[in-house]
Amino acid sequence: MTAAAARRQSFAVVAEFGSAAELYHAAERVRDAGYRFWDVHSPFPIHGMNKAMGLGKSPLGYIIFCGGLTGFLTAVGLEFIPSSILYPLIVHGKPVDFFTVPAFFPIMFELTILFSAFTAFFGVFILNRLPRLHHPLFDYLPFRRVTNDAFFLVIESGDPKYSETGTRDFLQGLGSKEVKVIYAND
Amino acid sequence: MIISEQTQAKEETRARAERDERPEPLVRPGETFRSVTDKIGGIVLAGRHPLGWWISFGIAFLLVMGLFYAIAVLLAIGVGIWGINIPVAWGFAITNFVWWIGIGHAGTLISAILLLLFQKWRNSINRLAEAMTLFAVACAAMFPLLHLGRPWAFFWLLPYPNGMELWPQFRSALVWDVFAVSTYFTVSVFFWYTGLVPDVATLRDRAKNRFSQVIFGIMALGWRGSANHWRNYESAYLLLAGLSTPLVLSVHSVVSFDFSTAIVPGWHSTIFPPYFVAGAVYSGFAMVLNIMIPLRKWYGLESVVTEKHLDNMGKVMLVTGLIVAYGYIFDMFTAWYSGDAAEQYSVVNRAIGPYAPVFWLLMLVNVVLPQSLWWPYVRKNPVPLFFAALSINLGMWLERFVIVVVSLHRDFVPSSWRMFIPTGWDWLTLFGSLGLFFALIFLFVRFLPMVSIFEVRELIAEEKEGAA
Repeated sequence: MTAAAARRQSFAVVAEFGSAAELYHAAERVRDAGYRFWDVHSPFPIHGMNKAMGLGKSPLGYIIFCGGLTGFLTAVGLEFIPSSILYPLIVHGKPVDFFTVPAFFPIMFELTILFSAFTAFFGVFILNRLPRLHHPLFDYLPFRRVTNDAFFLVIESGDPKYSETGTRDFLQGLGSKEVKVIYAND
Repeated sequence: MIISEQTQAKEETRARAERDERPEPLVRPGETFRSVTDKIGGIVLAGRHPLGWWISFGIAFLLVMGLFYAIAVLLAIGVGIWGINIPVAWGFAITNFVWWIGIGHAGTLISAILLLLFQKWRNSINRLAEAMTLFAVACAAMFPLLHLGRPWAFFWLLPYPNGMELWPQFRSALVWDVFAVSTYFTVSVFFWYTGLVPDVATLRDRAKNRFSQVIFGIMALGWRGSANHWRNYESAYLLLAGLSTPLVLSVHSVVSFDFSTAIVPGWHSTIFPPYFVAGAVYSGFAMVLNIMIPLRKWYGLESVVTEKHLDNMGKVMLVTGLIVAYGYIFDMFTAWYSGDAAEQYSVVNRAIGPYAPVFWLLMLVNVVLPQSLWWPYVRKNPVPLFFAALSINLGMWLERFVIVVVSLHRDFVPSSWRMFIPTGWDWLTLFGSLGLFFALIFLFVRFLPMVSIFEVRELIAEEKEGAA
């Protein structure tokens, strides 16, 4: 470690694991040890990882429901306010009465889906704090393999239980291939 | 006798159970996380493309130029350059619209419906199918706009405040169409891009030159494959699939309403929505095969897009083809059963009228030839399967032509009957749209991963677990 690096505060301890299963078991141990600011990184979603990490269900479903409801109400307003309330005109020989209401359904349906999809698309990236074009982890070159065939566990320095040496030794004890302390590049 | 039959049945059950325990692998053994990353990512990053790619792209590009020319002439002169007239006002434009949008449907079916049904085999083909959806819907959306007569006023279709006292009739099927198609396109873009993000991150991390790193870096939005990310991501992906599933069924239903809410003989039928959706899936799978079979050969993707995939797609075509054939039969039955003279005549006119050769060719290529898919030989061998798919694509286009043109050209009043004869501009626009579609597909293959890498990794991980 260079003198300059020693003066900087460390960002996190990164541990690499050999397979999804090893990462899964390590995550269970980290969870049980009571760490809070930590994450695992993998090239594909690992089945059951939410449980191993003690994460709950994604809140996205509720948010999308609200988006869909907004879409539905938008369509109701867009269709009925001008066509039935403000200007109840008979156009194309289609009367303004209860029996023509089903003809408004397709657009209600489409806008419900459209708004839900907007919420899903933007919601997932906002919840994930993305787009974020740089992150201290990208400075650690082996981390580039996380989008190929490598599995990482990261404990951040913001964690109350974090200590550079203690956390490093703890991760080494979990059977990691390589444990490394990395520093924010500023 | 009875006992031996029982033993035989037991034997068969056991044999079947054994077969089920070891299903045919969806990724050929020997592929690892790294090898699929190299193989699929390498197609984009190495940038070396087989001769077939260059020739096909060249032809498609020439057709795109032809399309631009046809559109320029159309804008300058008007829709009179086409063969359309009254009563056949819809002609090729609407035939092509319905055909293209149907092709798009298979992409959503593969990526969304098969995801919800836990059909893991979709993981290797969904990306290409989704791209196909986008480009097919883009080609489709072009036709009604060109057909407007004054395409530059297309935004009059949308409800927006204006000083022309103009407001759409929300109870009209044509306005439903505007909403359905634009929603479908938007949702397809979201679904496709969401699926791409982790793979673009792979390309970002493997790109060697600065330019690709920056472009892929921006497109990947900073994806780090964190468990927190995956958690929200999987939820979003599943919900987008759940939203696309009713959407895709609604889009072609709405397209069929354009016909079935009219009173034209041959159109006014309640079987249209399901019959159109089945036809859409039918032609869409055929198009996926027509694209996938050459690509998998050129880029050596046989280990991820295996015979099992071809076989499954062949089976889906067979089933949807039978539904479509049932639709034809039911159409005829309803016409006969209705006792309506105009309706009955429309069926007779299809079979022996001036467009009879089109009808019989349709029956041959869309109903008779696809029956070859009953044979596993045809489903599992790329070459016969490719030709079966080609036959279906042609057949579905002919079906749209029969529905649009043959129904319109002879309606209730014989004095207004008139023939529709396509002009050179009609043909150029049709083939130009094919060129646009294939040019976009080839560019997509060149610049983005055509197989979903992270989902194939998931398959490999599962197969490893199964083996252990």
